[in-house]
Amino acid sequence: MTTDVDIPVHAKDTAEEETAGAGRSERLSALAQQHGALVTLAVAMIAASLSFDTFLTGDNLENMALSSAFLAVVALGMTFVIITGGIDLSVGSLFALGGVLAAWASQYGAVAALLLPLAVCGLIGLVNGLLIARSRLAPFIVTLASMLGARGILLSVTDEGSKTYLVEKGSFFARIGQGSLLGVGVPVWITVALFVLGAVVLRRTRFGQYVYAVGGNEDAAALMGAPVARTKISVYLLSGLCAGLAGALNAAWLASGVTILGSGMELEAISAVVIGGTLLTGGFGFISGSLVGVLLLKVIQNVINQIGSLDSAYQQVVSGAFLAVVVIAQTWLGRRRRVL
Amino acid sequence: MTDLTLGRVTADRERLLALLQEYGVYLGVVVLFLVNTVFTPHFLSTENFRTQAVQVAPVLIVALGMALAIGSEGVDLAVGSVMALSTSLLSLYLGYGPGIAVVVALVGGAVVGVANGSLIAFVGVQPIVATLALMVAGRGLALVLLPQLKDVHDPAMAELGSGDALGVPYVVLIAAALALLVGFVVRRTTFGRSLLAIGDSRPAARLAGLPVRRVLILVYVCSGVLAAVAGVLATARLTASDPSSLGNLMELSAITAVVVGGTPLSGGRIRIGGTVAGAVLIQLLTTTLIKHDLPPSWTQIAQAVVIVLAVYAARERGKR
Repeated sequence: MTTDVDIPVHAKDTAEEETAGAGRSERLSALAQQHGALVTLAVAMIAASLSFDTFLTGDNLENMALSSAFLAVVALGMTFVIITGGIDLSVGSLFALGGVLAAWASQYGAVAALLLPLAVCGLIGLVNGLLIARSRLAPFIVTLASMLGARGILLSVTDEGSKTYLVEKGSFFARIGQGSLLGVGVPVWITVALFVLGAVVLRRTRFGQYVYAVGGNEDAAALMGAPVARTKISVYLLSGLCAGLAGALNAAWLASGVTILGSGMELEAISAVVIGGTLLTGGFGFISGSLVGVLLLKVIQNVINQIGSLDSAYQQVVSGAFLAVVVIAQTWLGRRRRVL
Repeated sequence: MTDLTLGRVTADRERLLALLQEYGVYLGVVVLFLVNTVFTPHFLSTENFRTQAVQVAPVLIVALGMALAIGSEGVDLAVGSVMALSTSLLSLYLGYGPGIAVVVALVGGAVVGVANGSLIAFVGVQPIVATLALMVAGRGLALVLLPQLKDVHDPAMAELGSGDALGVPYVVLIAAALALLVGFVVRRTTFGRSLLAIGDSRPAARLAGLPVRRVLILVYVCSGVLAAVAGVLATARLTASDPSSLGNLMELSAITAVVVGGTPLSGGRIRIGGTVAGAVLIQLLTTTLIKHDLPPSWTQIAQAVVIVLAVYAARERGKR
C-alpha cells in the first residue's frame, strides 16, 4: 500500500488556493485507495524477480496463476457481499464442500460434477441471504453458523472426513481442471471470464447499482425504491455459487475432493477484497481490486516459499500484518477524504 | 368478545416469548440435563460431572472475554490464536520456571489485546477486521515461535492441569472465580458501566465524557488475557503445547456461548450468567450427541442450528 501521498495542506494565503490544494489531496487519496494495491503488486513483482531468478519463470508464474484462480473466484463473490456492507464467513466451508461434492458427482459425468456443488452451495448461500435480508440477522453470525453447518455436512458425506473421492483420470471433468488453452490453464481462463462478467454486472447493470446503493445507505436505497432484500439475498446466493464453483474447479485440478482444504479461506478472501480497496463499511469497491488483492497475497506467499529458510508460518504473520497495514491506510485515507 | 380473548392470547404469547428469550438458555440446560439423566447411562456420576466441567472451563473463560467485547458492540476473533500464542510462549519460557512462563503467556495475550484495541479505538477499524488480522498473524506467530507439538514436563503445570481442591479441579475453580470476577466488574465497576454505555451508543458515550478509547483498549486486553489464561489451562491439562491446533474454532464456540446466553450482538448488554449457561448448554449438547454415538458432523450441524435459533430469538427481543 502506498502511503506516500501525505501532502501537508499548508495554510494557504487565499481561500481559492486552499480548495484547490484540498481537491488535489482528495484526488490523491482516492487514487491511492484505488490503485495502491496495483502499485504495490508491481513493486512486489519487480522486487521478487530481481531477488529470485526462479520467480519470473513460466512454471512459477503458471503455478501462481493457477493457485490464485480458485481464491480469486471466491473473492469475486465476496466482493459483492462486502460492497453491500455484509460479510460471508461460510465461503471456506462451502469451497471444501463444493470440492467434495464435485469429486463424488464426477462419476456421473462433468455436468453433474459442476451442477451438484453449485446447487448445494447456492442453496446454502440462499439460506444465508434469506436469514440476513428477511429475518434481519447479523451477516457475520449467520454465515458463521453456516460455516459450521457446511463443514458438518462435509464431514457427514465423507464418513467423518476419512473418505476421499477421486476424479477419474482423463475424464472431461478432470480436463476442465488440468487442461490448458494457449498455454494457460483452463481454470485461469474461467476465472478471467468470470471477473470480466462480474465487473460488467457490477458497473453496467441495474443490479450492480443496487448493490452499491444498498451498501452506501440501506434506508436511502429502500426509499429510492431499490429492492434491498432481493439484492442482499442475491449477493449471498452469488457468493455461495462462487465458492461452490471454485471448490469444484479445485477438485478437478487436484483430481480429488480434499476435505481439509478451505479452512481459513474466508479470511484470505476477505483480506484480498480489502487489500483491493473495497471498503468493509460497504458502498465502495471494485472487482479488479479484488483480483489484484488475490495476486498480491499469492506473490507474498510465493516469495516466502522461495526464501527457503523461512517457515510457511511466516506467510500467516506477513499476511496478517499486511492486512492490518492496509486497513489502517484505508481508514486513514477514507477519513481524509471525508474530512477534506 | 373474540377481540378481547384474541388480545389476551397474543399478550400471553408475547409474555411467554419474552420469558423464553430471557430464560430459554437455562431451560435448555435443564431439559438437556433431564434428558441425559434418563437416557444416558452413567450420566449422574461424579466422574462424568468432573469431565464435563473440566472440558467446559476453557471455553467458558474465553467466552467471558468475548462477552465483554460483544457488550462493547465489537467482537474478538483473535481469541483462538491468542490461546495458541500463549501455549507457545508458555513452553518457550518454561525453563525460567512455571510462574514466569505463565506471566509471559498472559503478557502475550495482553499485547495482542492492546494491538486489537488500538486498531479499533484509535484507527477506527471495524472490530471484525482488526481482530481478523491479529487472528491470522497470531496463529502464524505462535507457529513461528514453536513449530511443532512439544511435551510440557513440569510438575507444577501438571498439578494445575489435573489437581483438585476438595474434589473440584483447579481448572474449574479458576473458571468459576473468573466468571464471578467478570460478573462483578460488569455490574459494579465504573469500567463495566462505561463499557455498556459505549456498547449502547459510542457517540453518546463520548459526548458524556467517558474515556471511550481507554475503555475499548481495556476490553480487548481483558479478552486477550482471558484467552491466554484459557490457553495456559488447556496446555496444563494436555501436558503438551500444540500451537497448530490449540484454540482452533475457539472464537466460534465462545461467540456461540455468549449469543446463546442472551447477550445481544448489538452491544450495550452483557449477561454473564447466561454466558455460563450458554457454554454449559453447548457442552451438554455435544456430550449428548457423542454419548449416543452420533458422529461429530452432527454436533457441528446442531451447533449451527442452535446459533441461528438463539440469534433469531434475540432479534425479536431487540425489536420490542
